Amino acid sequence: MATVQDIQIPDPAARTAQAAAELQDVQGEKMVLNMGPSHPATHGVLRLVLELDGEVITRADPDVGYLHRGDEKIAENMTYTQFIPYTDRLDYLAPLANNVAYALAVEKLLGIEKQLPPRCQYIRVMCAELARISSHLLGVGAFAMDVGAMTVFLLIFTEREKIYNLAESLSGARFTTSYTRIGGVMRDLPPGWLDQCRKFCDEVIPAIDEVETLLTRNRIWVDRLRDLAVISKTDAIDYGLSGPNLRGSNIDWDLRKKQPYLCYSDLEFDVPIGAVGDCYDRYLVRMEEMRQSVRILQQCIQKIPGGADNKTKEPTCRTEKLYCRRSRT
Amino acid sequence: MKFGDLISELVEFRGEITLNVSDAEKIAEVCRYAKNDLDFNYLVDISSLDNYGEDPRWTVVYHLRGMTHGHELRLKTDVSEEKSELPSVVTIWNTANWHEREIYDMMGIRFRGHPDLRRILMWEGYPYFPLRKDFPLAGKSSDLPGVAFTQPAPLEGGPFVTVAGGEDAIHREPRVRNPDE
Repeated sequence: MATVQDIQIPDPAARTAQAAAELQDVQGEKMVLNMGPSHPATHGVLRLVLELDGEVITRADPDVGYLHRGDEKIAENMTYTQFIPYTDRLDYLAPLANNVAYALAVEKLLGIEKQLPPRCQYIRVMCAELARISSHLLGVGAFAMDVGAMTVFLLIFTEREKIYNLAESLSGARFTTSYTRIGGVMRDLPPGWLDQCRKFCDEVIPAIDEVETLLTRNRIWVDRLRDLAVISKTDAIDYGLSGPNLRGSNIDWDLRKKQPYLCYSDLEFDVPIGAVGDCYDRYLVRMEEMRQSVRILQQCIQKIPGGADNKTKEPTCRTEKLYCRRSRT
Repeated sequence: MKFGDLISELVEFRGEITLNVSDAEKIAEVCRYAKNDLDFNYLVDISSLDNYGEDPRWTVVYHLRGMTHGHELRLKTDVSEEKSELPSVVTIWNTANWHEREIYDMMGIRFRGHPDLRRILMWEGYPYFPLRKDFPLAGKSSDLPGVAFTQPAPLEGGPFVTVAGGEDAIHREPRVRNPDE
């Protein structure tokens, strides 16, 4: 099985410079093409005004307002708790992660983030990592579909379905989870959830392996992605890229390591970074991040305070003002 | 520091450090210094506040981060409503381009020296700045014909609005409220 480390990249700087120089040579009449706002390959409503020179895009003007819902304005008119359901809809591929991020922000504002019950921290980390896997799976799947590899898209949806099932037994909703509360989560883990999650971890790794077998060493895939859309280290920082796109450009920056929150400092995981910053690197980073997320999930299942059925039966809170709701089952 | 009175004392809140820049005209200079000499090479975000009913009305907030040393810094500067303009920082961080366009679109604060200051979320020609405090939640009708959703949104069924600090639980109860109430 190919891993990130085996892939040799001889002299990336010279190769990418050559690729950039080839682009400079292209000459001809420019054409303006409207892509979107609902092109099937844009995955979300985006309109691009493209300026083409043959098959090379020389300028792109993105029109991003189609999904503007005025969340800030809505939030202005609400209490902090009321806004939680809206965070599901910010990034509809990873609602659990949005719930967690929003709850953490409000808790930091109130100065109560240090008092979060340890069990809750582990639950939230598991939510965030499940959301990461779900989001990366779709990212890679849709990416492969656009390049023409339809199979991957179908494969990853089987795995995403399992994540939806986990979210459903956690919060009652598959998509719009609204799972966190300010100072805690909606309810404790339901009985058997950790076993379900362990099973998912065992099943998702072979699925990721299968995707890698289909893509990582695939000649068509590599030829189409290598040296494509190279984002240099300086550009990545200058344009404020974040997450796997930033790490794909050879920058070792992960907030889970650099500014650890929740219980991330107790967990072991590696941060993959790309070598050149081309599309292939960004793909590899995502694949490896999913494996690391599974590793984090497995540690959480082992280490979660209270164990599978929270034997203490008491949410551990240090102040009286905070409370967690438990299911009656 | 080389800026003397321009920069306020450090304000620390929840472990985050904020500096106030008293003259908005100097913000680009301060940012350039922060990037070149203090190595804050990453611009996380630019946001804007509407202190409605106060003077100066706008506050523009810059969130900076240094990728090499890992520290974060927030710069705040006030802009009056009559002026509603301050220098752009696009030449310092390219990512400021879209952030400044968004602030212009939502709040109507202009950035001098911006290469392409157009609306980014709302359509070209939209007459209002929807994130201002005096813009109602339901929206306002605009007289552009042929553009979808120009009527105020019907609020039956939500979104439900709470009145912060209402006198009792009944008044604070979230319910449909019209802008003129």
